[in-house]
Amino acid sequence: MVSQDTIRDTGSSGASFYNDPKIRGLIYQVVLFVLLVSFIYWIVGNTVENLRRANISSGFAFLHGRAGFDISETLISYTSDDTYWRALLVGLVNTAVVAVLGVITASIIGFLVGIGRLSDNWLIRKICLVYVEIFRNIPPLLVIFFWYLGVLSALPQPRESLELPFGAWLNNRGFFLPAPIWGEGAWLIPVAFLVAVALCWFVARRAHQRQAATGEQFPVLWTSVALLVGLPLLAFAAAGFPLSFEFPKKSTFNLLGGMQIKPEFMSLYLALSFYTAAFIAEIVRAGVLGVNKGQTEASYALGLRRNQALRLVIVPQALRIIIPPLTSQYLNLTKNSSLAIAIGYPDLVHIGGTILNQSGQAIEIVVIWMVVYLGLSLIMSGAMNWFNAKMALVER
Amino acid sequence: MKNTIKAILGATILGLAASAASVASADTLSDVKAKGFLQCGVNTGLAGFAAPDDKGEWKGFDVDFCRAVAAAIFGDPTKVKFTPTNAKERFTALQSGEIDLLARNTTWTLNRDTALGFNFVGVNYFDGQGFMINAKKLPGVTSALQLSGASVCVQSGTTTELNLADYFKANNLEYNPVVFEKLEEANAAYDSGRCDAYTTDQSGLYAIRLTLASPDDHIVLPEIISKEPLAPAVRQGDDKWFDVVKWTFNALVLSEELGITQANVDEMKNSKNPDIQRVLGTEAGTKLGTDLGLENDWVVNIIKGVGNYGEIFDRNIGAGSPLKIARGLNALWTKGGLQYAMPIR
Repeated sequence: MVSQDTIRDTGSSGASFYNDPKIRGLIYQVVLFVLLVSFIYWIVGNTVENLRRANISSGFAFLHGRAGFDISETLISYTSDDTYWRALLVGLVNTAVVAVLGVITASIIGFLVGIGRLSDNWLIRKICLVYVEIFRNIPPLLVIFFWYLGVLSALPQPRESLELPFGAWLNNRGFFLPAPIWGEGAWLIPVAFLVAVALCWFVARRAHQRQAATGEQFPVLWTSVALLVGLPLLAFAAAGFPLSFEFPKKSTFNLLGGMQIKPEFMSLYLALSFYTAAFIAEIVRAGVLGVNKGQTEASYALGLRRNQALRLVIVPQALRIIIPPLTSQYLNLTKNSSLAIAIGYPDLVHIGGTILNQSGQAIEIVVIWMVVYLGLSLIMSGAMNWFNAKMALVER
Repeated sequence: MKNTIKAILGATILGLAASAASVASADTLSDVKAKGFLQCGVNTGLAGFAAPDDKGEWKGFDVDFCRAVAAAIFGDPTKVKFTPTNAKERFTALQSGEIDLLARNTTWTLNRDTALGFNFVGVNYFDGQGFMINAKKLPGVTSALQLSGASVCVQSGTTTELNLADYFKANNLEYNPVVFEKLEEANAAYDSGRCDAYTTDQSGLYAIRLTLASPDDHIVLPEIISKEPLAPAVRQGDDKWFDVVKWTFNALVLSEELGITQANVDEMKNSKNPDIQRVLGTEAGTKLGTDLGLENDWVVNIIKGVGNYGEIFDRNIGAGSPLKIARGLNALWTKGGLQYAMPIR
């Protein structure tokens, strides 16, 4: 470093200053910066001027106005008397729900298919290959239409609903389940679950310490499962089984009561999961194949059993390869959820579009969309970066 | 080097300044004349109002209004280019200057007149919102008040969507809105049985019914739950253009009042009736047309091109069309309707 600096210094003292790479670099940066600032200034000024000339009102005050329209799926309370702001929040929650559930399902399918592609069984390997090639090569919008128009609309009309076990029904208006109604003392169950989680963590830590000190192993997995299932069940019994069900019943137009999962949500959720899973499968396959075969052989040589070798040696190394591209797939899934608009699932873009049209505040709505998707993406990639850092090779 | 940078910088700033000056000119009439055609925003496909026919030519009630404006400006009703817009895009398209005129069964409301920055030229169709159901599947239902618990298909971002919410709320009825952005998607969902009822302006219901798989199974319920005065719109801040479009509409209605039709317009030019002479620009020394920025025979061109209001109505949505919508509120004021033209004088 020192020697390089000396060479540069002697260079600048000689020829004229604009041949100095440092100063020239500075000039380029200043010019770029000035151009960028003037461009932004011009864009904003032009927009404001044009809005003023066209007598279009601007600003975010309209968000406090009454929305006046209804939304079919609301996880937080909402009526047409609420504000535009509240309606946007409903859309954001709907987007988040489909994104989170989609990410979980896509990961599960993706890991299974990815491992399946490496299976020793010819049939499983080929089925997984066909799955990946089909879903990877179809635009996500078509996959959504496939589920919505091809599968779910083909279900019977409400009057001819299919009756399923446990009081569930299926028709072209969705999937109807009995709704659980929790009674007095039901709060004990989540509390018991939290206690079980804490105990699991404690058990795992103790087992690790004991193994390090004495070499003896403890069945952590089975103990944890027993705790996580047993404690809530115990609490359920202790509270006197405080659970009843509301069953969906037939009425003039449709089934009433119970829980309804609408076809719009179903098709978006299934399409996003299946589509993204194809990409995740390839990432997983690449990750597993990316671990040197010598690692497996070395762990066998150390006396590890097959599942131990996988869990302790192969998977941690594969994850290092898998996580970074996995993050982009999660972001893709989240952003693809805006295709909901084509089938009428009330996500953020759908509701924002309605508000845009009712209020005419196009620029403001588009800004909100951009900020929200940027925020969601940053949160998600932040979480994945944290996970990646945890999994990364620790150099000592 | 310095000179190069200076030159690039100078050119960029000049370029920015030049493009800033060319944005959103406020003289639409001159712009339209200069480019040689009218850019008109219409529906993406609503039978009778705006839809391409089997030869790909746009036909319909709103389409003919665009053609009338083109005829008034150029003397040629074919000098129009159509931009199909869905309910959501239509306002942005007009605000941004992508289209010169929006004739797309759009309801005239205060909010759209003020906050969105539009001017409506006059009500070319008095409409009201209604409901359509499949009578075969729902034999007992004869009134919208029986729709409690129903799923209702509706297009997003319309006054329809707001009226729907208000109507069910006011009558204490439950319902489940199934909201689509595109008319075609809403139609398909209703046709496939995703919804029990479909709601939009009654004229639209009749038009959509024609496109369903079995139109005769569907009935339009008698309730009209709102006033929907449909009106063509232009941008605010350009009064000259507003005048041209507004008076084109008045000329169409006035011609029907005066009995001027596509067939007899040439004879009518010899008429001694001073009202007709003024309208057709045959009055001595008239400058009614030139005051508008048009030729003095502008109304002759309109009527030769598309006919009068009554002819446009009959041909596209009235007795002479598959829709067979009665004139009703849209009859002339002299025949018990609401269509009343301002005098051209």
